[in-house]
Amino acid sequence: MKVLGIAGSLRHDSWNRKLLRAAADVLPSDAELEIWDGLKAVPPYDEDDDHDPAPAAIAQMREAIAGADAVLIATPEYNSSIPGQLKNALDWASRPLATNVLRNKPVAIVGASTGVFGAAWAQAELRKVLATTGARVLDDGVSVGRAPEQFDGSGRLVDLDIENSLLAVVEKLVDQARTRERARRRIAVAA
Amino acid sequence: MSTVLDTTRTLPNGTWSVDPTHSHVGFDIDYMGGTFRGTFSPVTATLAVGDDGDATLTGSAPVSGVHVQDENLAAHLQSPDFFDAELAPEISFRSTDIERSGDEITVRGSLEVRGVEQPVVLRGTIGEPAEDPYGGLRFSVRLETTVDRTAFGITWNNPLPTGEPALAKDVRLVAELYLVKS
Repeated sequence: MKVLGIAGSLRHDSWNRKLLRAAADVLPSDAELEIWDGLKAVPPYDEDDDHDPAPAAIAQMREAIAGADAVLIATPEYNSSIPGQLKNALDWASRPLATNVLRNKPVAIVGASTGVFGAAWAQAELRKVLATTGARVLDDGVSVGRAPEQFDGSGRLVDLDIENSLLAVVEKLVDQARTRERARRRIAVAA
Repeated sequence: MSTVLDTTRTLPNGTWSVDPTHSHVGFDIDYMGGTFRGTFSPVTATLAVGDDGDATLTGSAPVSGVHVQDENLAAHLQSPDFFDAELAPEISFRSTDIERSGDEITVRGSLEVRGVEQPVVLRGTIGEPAEDPYGGLRFSVRLETTVDRTAFGITWNNPLPTGEPALAKDVRLVAELYLVKS
């Protein structure tokens, strides 16, 4: 079971990258989290460039999403919304709409911010965007506010309640991926 | 003493299967001030009527057979926002009670959509069996009902600029079935 982790921040030591690593620590033993590091290479969406074959960075991103059983996105919040580069990448991923790699993919969204709200608005807007792509988006999220106070020197979450919330989300995400896999197998057998 | 069968209140006995070429099962729903329509195809349905008059109507359609005009809209209808074809690939119906009065018919039963079963009452008209040009015996049934899609967990919406929801909750279902004696 492979979960693809996408941090919405480009900064190497971002709180959201730390949040993904914390999620990896609480994943069920049969699941692994691979953090995707191609976000910075995604070019601005331009329909003129949206052709087959896709630009290399886009092909790599689509392949990474398609090859994962589930996706976990950890997002910061810029001006009360989704960071532009993350939204841009999802716009690329959503094409072509009817057959895009996010369609039916189980996706969970969590977020960390230096402010008190833990990127709650960005998470809500991401849910709307991802539902439009056809992804199977979990309603549950985790909001880590005042992020610099929530991680210790080794990057671990210091608040057990937050870690339990993160555990609940990733368990639900993995469960959703397992349910989907069983359903797909049933459909394949019936066909 | 002899028994007279009242054909105005009974269904023709035997097992009757749907003619998929000439039958139609569809839905329509109010959307953005107009009416949006789609069809289910293929559809399977069987009406089994025993010698004692007991009758059961069953039917099903694959969610992959929900047809609309646009491929992106079709994909949206297959997605978790609507029918969720991966987790609930089939729509099905099974009657619990059928009443006939002349050319009017009422079918009560259970409709399963998205893995959720809800009781429904279908009302419509029924024709008389007649020989067809292919050497078979057939008759037609037209049934309609209205269901609240949110009762099946289909809650998607999008607000209009006025704030009103773009998509209604009530969905009208119509089945026009040609039933052929097996």
